[in-house]
Amino acid sequence: MTEYIVLSAILFTIGCVGVLTRRNAIVVFMCVELMLNACNLAFVAFARQHGNLDGQITAFFVMVVAAAEVVIGLAIIMTIFRTRRSASVDDASLLKY
Amino acid sequence: MTEFVKPSIEYFELWPLLVVFGVACLGVVVEAFLPRSVRYTAQVALALGGLVLALVGVVLVAQDVQTYDDGAARGVLAVGGTIAVDGPSLFIWGLVLALAIAGVLLFAERHLDGGVSAFAGQAAAVPGTDAETASIAANREHTEVYPLMMFAVFGMMLFPAANDLLTMFVGLEILSLPLYLLSGLARRRRLLSQEAALKYFLLGAFSSGFFLYGAALLYGFAGSLDFAAINEAVRNDVGNQSLLLIGTGLLSVGLLFKVGAVPFQAWTPDVYQGAPTPVTAFMAAGTKVAAFGAIMRLFYVALGADRWSWQPMLWIIAVLSMFVGAALAITQTDIKRLLAYSSVAHTGFILTGVIGLQASDQLAVGEISSVQAVLFYLATYGFATLGAFAVVSLVRDGGGETTAIDRWAGLGKESPVVAAVFAFFLLAMAGIPLTSGFVGKLAVFSVALAAGAWPVVVAAVLASIVAAFLYVRVIKVMYFDAPVGDGPSVAYPSVLTATTIAVGAAITLVLGVLPGPVLDLAAAAGEFIR
Repeated sequence: MTEYIVLSAILFTIGCVGVLTRRNAIVVFMCVELMLNACNLAFVAFARQHGNLDGQITAFFVMVVAAAEVVIGLAIIMTIFRTRRSASVDDASLLKY
Repeated sequence: MTEFVKPSIEYFELWPLLVVFGVACLGVVVEAFLPRSVRYTAQVALALGGLVLALVGVVLVAQDVQTYDDGAARGVLAVGGTIAVDGPSLFIWGLVLALAIAGVLLFAERHLDGGVSAFAGQAAAVPGTDAETASIAANREHTEVYPLMMFAVFGMMLFPAANDLLTMFVGLEILSLPLYLLSGLARRRRLLSQEAALKYFLLGAFSSGFFLYGAALLYGFAGSLDFAAINEAVRNDVGNQSLLLIGTGLLSVGLLFKVGAVPFQAWTPDVYQGAPTPVTAFMAAGTKVAAFGAIMRLFYVALGADRWSWQPMLWIIAVLSMFVGAALAITQTDIKRLLAYSSVAHTGFILTGVIGLQASDQLAVGEISSVQAVLFYLATYGFATLGAFAVVSLVRDGGGETTAIDRWAGLGKESPVVAAVFAFFLLAMAGIPLTSGFVGKLAVFSVALAAGAWPVVVAAVLASIVAAFLYVRVIKVMYFDAPVGDGPSVAYPSVLTATTIAVGAAITLVLGVLPGPVLDLAAAAGEFIR
């Protein structure tokens, strides 16, 4: 059981580091999705450990929420790409200090 | 494995939630089927009608709620224990709905910018292209903002009432997703607005990832997502303590991000500046109210027995938020960014209340509980912020709103009324006596003091002095500095914005002079269902 939790922690950390280091908004967003999927793995593993279904049901809800987030996120990244011809998070720097 | 039990849905108690959600869905249908010419009227009427109906529902439910399970709290657990309709929930619902009604009025304002609203004519049209020129010439506007706002209001009501981690996560997302979109829909300064939406979205999604992983670890600790079951597991000291500690930390990251506490405040100034001002007004007030409701419910109900591990963390974050918010606000040259950093400082003050004494049975006579103090502070803060941003939308020049502070010089001569009202809101945020801010600060400081958090209170008083300086500086610019060039011009608002500002100012004054009734209302809200 511990192996799955450790794996989910590793995936979560990879996602987290990806968000902080990658430059392309789409890749940053993919890393966020990786974090959510790491959460799903942890939920399912814990559900198995505790022998109840709460964690598995949560995983379904998280998938739905992640799908909704993709819709909103890609829409925002699309509009900003169309105006700037770039999806780099470094270019979006008009607002500062 | 337990048998599946069909949950009973308490339609009467959930009436306010269901109305807001129904109106949001209906708004989508209106958008699809009604011709463009009548959509504005239909959407505004639908949104206002729905919010008022929900507010009436909140009052009716509040009069009807019974004591829960012979405990200190009043209310019911609805939908199989996932939504707690208790006193604090109802107070927050009422407050969010009142702020949302004012928000709809600001959204609907079309008088300030020559007959169009503050939202983009067509968000899909790239700025500076023929498509955009055509959409401006056709006087188009996005009326989708009203259903989006209704979904956000629904999220703001679900989030603080959620009684398990899954419902809380869903509430958090329903509240956030529409706000990401709304931030990017400004008519003028589209690039800033889109950038704000991108930053808000990426950072918001990042922080909800932390929230979710924290929820997973807490589930691993307790074997249940239900707050009462988590509390039970904490009390009985079963399960892995490190899961509990790390889970609590990660959950706090997600929640503290939403309220903009230091060190998770980076998005606040950018989003507040870039978003259309009506959205900023609604979001600044509503999100903070909802998120603090959720913070209190999570920390008091689920993790109340584990107080000694999270209180020191909140001490540090409260002090940091107050000082960093106030100090950075002083250096700002843009009025919306200044108000954003001031909201970070206010987050610190409200957190001071959160670390106070919780349960009414621990209180001496005459003391107030921290739930009461925080709820009251949220009411004072919400209306002052909403009013202040509404005033910001009035001060304009040829290119739209003038938000640079030095361009506000001479506003006191140009329009004494607008300058006076804005000065009044700033004094309320500074916590000057006879304004609501003073009573709110007094309430949160006294509950923190009663809980023995005197170092935080001393820091809070010092930070209040720093913050007072920055508000007075803006007042000085408005009244005593010579105007630059032509000086600012003040657009005459329609009755919508004027009403919002007047109501905000009236509530700020009344809560400062006669705080009794609202303090009693917050006291009547009582405690969370545990």
